[in-house]
Amino acid sequence: MNKPVKQHLIDPEICIRCYTCEMTCPVGAIEHDDNNVVVNADSCNFCMDCIPVCPTGSIDEWRVVVEPYSLEAQYSWEELPEQEELGQDEAATGLEALDDAMAALLAEAHKGAGGKAKAPATAAKPSINMYNLGKPATAKITGNYPLTDDPEHDVRHIILDLGNLPFPVLEGQSVGIIPPGTDAEGKPHLPRLYSVSSPRDGERPGFNNLSLTVKREAGGLCSNYLCDLPTGAEVQVTGPFGATFLLPADAEAKLLMICTGTGSAPMRAFTMRRQRTLNGPSGGMTMFFGARTKKSLPYFGPLSKVPKSLLEQHLVYSREGEKEYVQDRLIAEEEKVAELLADPKTHIYICGLRGMEEGVERAFTTIAESIGEQWIAMRDVMREDGRYHVETY
Amino acid sequence: MLDLINVSYDTQIPNNVGLAQDKKVLKALEKWHPGYINWWNDLIPQNFQESMVYLRTAVSVDPKGWAKFDYVKMPEYRWGVLLAPQVEDRRIPMGEHAGELAWQEVPGEYRNMLKRLIVIQGDTEPGSVEQQRFLGLTAPSLYDMRNLFQVNVEEGRHLWAMVYLLQKYFGKDGREEADDLLIRSSGSEEAPRMLGAFNEETPDWLSFFMFTYFTDRDGKMQLESLAQSGFDPLSRTCRFMLTEEAHHMFVGETGVGRVIQATCEAMNKAGITDPYDIDKIRDLGVIDLPTIQKKLNLHYSLSLDLFGQEVSTNAANAFNSGIKGRYMEMRIDDDHKLKDDTYVVRTIVDGKIVAQEVPALTAINMRLRDDYVRDAAGGLGRWNKQIAKAGVEFEMKLPDEAFHRQIGVFSAIRANPEGVIITQDAWDKGVKDWLPTKEDGAFIQSLMVPCFEPGKYASWIAPPKVGIDNKPGDFEYVKLHMA
Repeated sequence: MNKPVKQHLIDPEICIRCYTCEMTCPVGAIEHDDNNVVVNADSCNFCMDCIPVCPTGSIDEWRVVVEPYSLEAQYSWEELPEQEELGQDEAATGLEALDDAMAALLAEAHKGAGGKAKAPATAAKPSINMYNLGKPATAKITGNYPLTDDPEHDVRHIILDLGNLPFPVLEGQSVGIIPPGTDAEGKPHLPRLYSVSSPRDGERPGFNNLSLTVKREAGGLCSNYLCDLPTGAEVQVTGPFGATFLLPADAEAKLLMICTGTGSAPMRAFTMRRQRTLNGPSGGMTMFFGARTKKSLPYFGPLSKVPKSLLEQHLVYSREGEKEYVQDRLIAEEEKVAELLADPKTHIYICGLRGMEEGVERAFTTIAESIGEQWIAMRDVMREDGRYHVETY
Repeated sequence: MLDLINVSYDTQIPNNVGLAQDKKVLKALEKWHPGYINWWNDLIPQNFQESMVYLRTAVSVDPKGWAKFDYVKMPEYRWGVLLAPQVEDRRIPMGEHAGELAWQEVPGEYRNMLKRLIVIQGDTEPGSVEQQRFLGLTAPSLYDMRNLFQVNVEEGRHLWAMVYLLQKYFGKDGREEADDLLIRSSGSEEAPRMLGAFNEETPDWLSFFMFTYFTDRDGKMQLESLAQSGFDPLSRTCRFMLTEEAHHMFVGETGVGRVIQATCEAMNKAGITDPYDIDKIRDLGVIDLPTIQKKLNLHYSLSLDLFGQEVSTNAANAFNSGIKGRYMEMRIDDDHKLKDDTYVVRTIVDGKIVAQEVPALTAINMRLRDDYVRDAAGGLGRWNKQIAKAGVEFEMKLPDEAFHRQIGVFSAIRANPEGVIITQDAWDKGVKDWLPTKEDGAFIQSLMVPCFEPGKYASWIAPPKVGIDNKPGDFEYVKLHMA
């Protein structure tokens, strides 16, 4: 079998054949007959120039294919074919990113889900890869605030303004940051992935900006670069990436969010999205958030202002008071967690250091057993349902 | 350095043509601006002027910058002067000057011809806004209301684009023509719009969708052929206008499609299989397919008139002098001069419709019309697939070009939708089945009740498959100002 490739396609049911994309395409990859407008897989270079100009939204369609659909096949379509099932290898067969390096990074981060992740059924449609290493977006830093009061543990809230560039990003998606300079071989550095911590309408609603939650790593090239950036500095951004770690639009969905450290970034985005859009009853959100100490827990202050009716918080500390990890608290809240696990409306999100996975898995195994269920089987059902999401690093 | 991609907001008029450095034209435009704002303010009902509408505004003319979506009050929409980037070393694509460098200034010998083309194009833009001024009051959803206003503000911007050309390149009489564009008014007794189709009413939303599908598509074809112009500023203006025009096609095609879908779904739900069971279907609060066909016949035949005479020396001159090209001129594989070529047009000889070969140069209008007909047929194909998918036996058809014409060779005769010449008597008998009657109009009018709740749609129209800017179904596209 050939290595699967990603192919750009146009939804013939939505397209109105205005040919704006065709006129915009800088490499002549788009053509039409009296029936359909189609994309030549041999020449399309994913530059994305055609995406914003489409008046219908039919242009932003992608499939992973072993053999790209020919022009003849596309001309004959009355509707877009479904994505074929190509196996469990996310990096090769997923659509989280179009460029291979980013797809591989995300696949590695998602590994803990135990299989290829699926997006929640009601999630909004994500845009991916609008910008890449060859054609990054330039953002301006409009804020860089410390989130912790612990010199050993410097976590920052960094606000990026995209100015006039379209940069549609959903809660749970990531962006790439390109550190300046070159590596030992003289090549530009590959982008580093950061999960966006602001909701889709911007860190400040209606502004074209987004926020990142960045921890300064000792000797870390990109994290030190970002944490030291002053207001007004420019930074090269790629993405957005990620097509499954997303928020269900269904307000009734129950969210169980488990995170440590900067893994709180997507959880903050989810919480803010619900805060800004809910006007009525919701399924509620429960968060288990672990840090070493109170002072090193990002967003400790703002979290204290989020009402319990929206977000039930379990903040646990491993180096302070009654030393506790998130898995310990999960067990302590066994009854409540078991109820959530059994509920088909529950969506689970796990984000943080790779080390947390094992403990959380063990806790879930124990809790599942308490209700006579097998965790692995439950997890696989939830994942196939688009309700189980892991992103660890 | 002058930034010709990003839109400059340093003058009152957003532009990418360096207006700040072009004092004379800036002054002329600023003088024209208040009249324009008055025209707009008098036009659209006041509570809509105060409402926040989720519109797209161009912030630059490169692909990533011309679709910024945000809430804006329409009178504060950034109308401006936006030209596609200048292509270095662009050559005149057709006619006797083919291959020469494109003109950056108006060539003296073609001044009047160019001015007339620009004035006619400019006159259609405000005309359509005037025709549609009251539709907001009966919008079947906030989504549709947004789309209407998007079309309106962009037609307004297209007027700006033409006015800029008139004021920049045509001196005093250009400025006078620009003023006249605000004086003429759709349907006016004393100073009507220049083209017939732009003096017809747009009385209801189905008419609006048909108008944006058929009439705006004529606009698109005209812009396409002006985008080929050897007069480079006109070409660049039209190229950027085309990117906006695409949204208008979208509103028309999906609008009619959604009306058809609502009808088919209601018929299926009620177990009605005969599309001609009109009374029963109308009782369901949807528009029966035969009436939609009649509306289509009307708008299509009116739009064909916009292409002018089938054989035209004016069109030949415009082509030959490099002022106006053919649809997709650059992709046509010929000498682009048409010296000895012929083109087949249909005409009337001895009371019969026959095909006739004429010099291709004189058949430029006809060729554009044929391209238009092919382009317009595409949407019908989609609509018919929808009807077939719903299991209803009915097919939408484009009537013959000889049907119901006011301009050109066929205006002298009466023909049925199949293109058979018939007597006046037969026409009088048949017309109620071919064109909307007063009763049809009254029925459609009875359905035109506003539906202003986010995510809700009037009975006669289905929700769209995809939201604007990928927004979810219940998105509040217009935050209504309720005074």
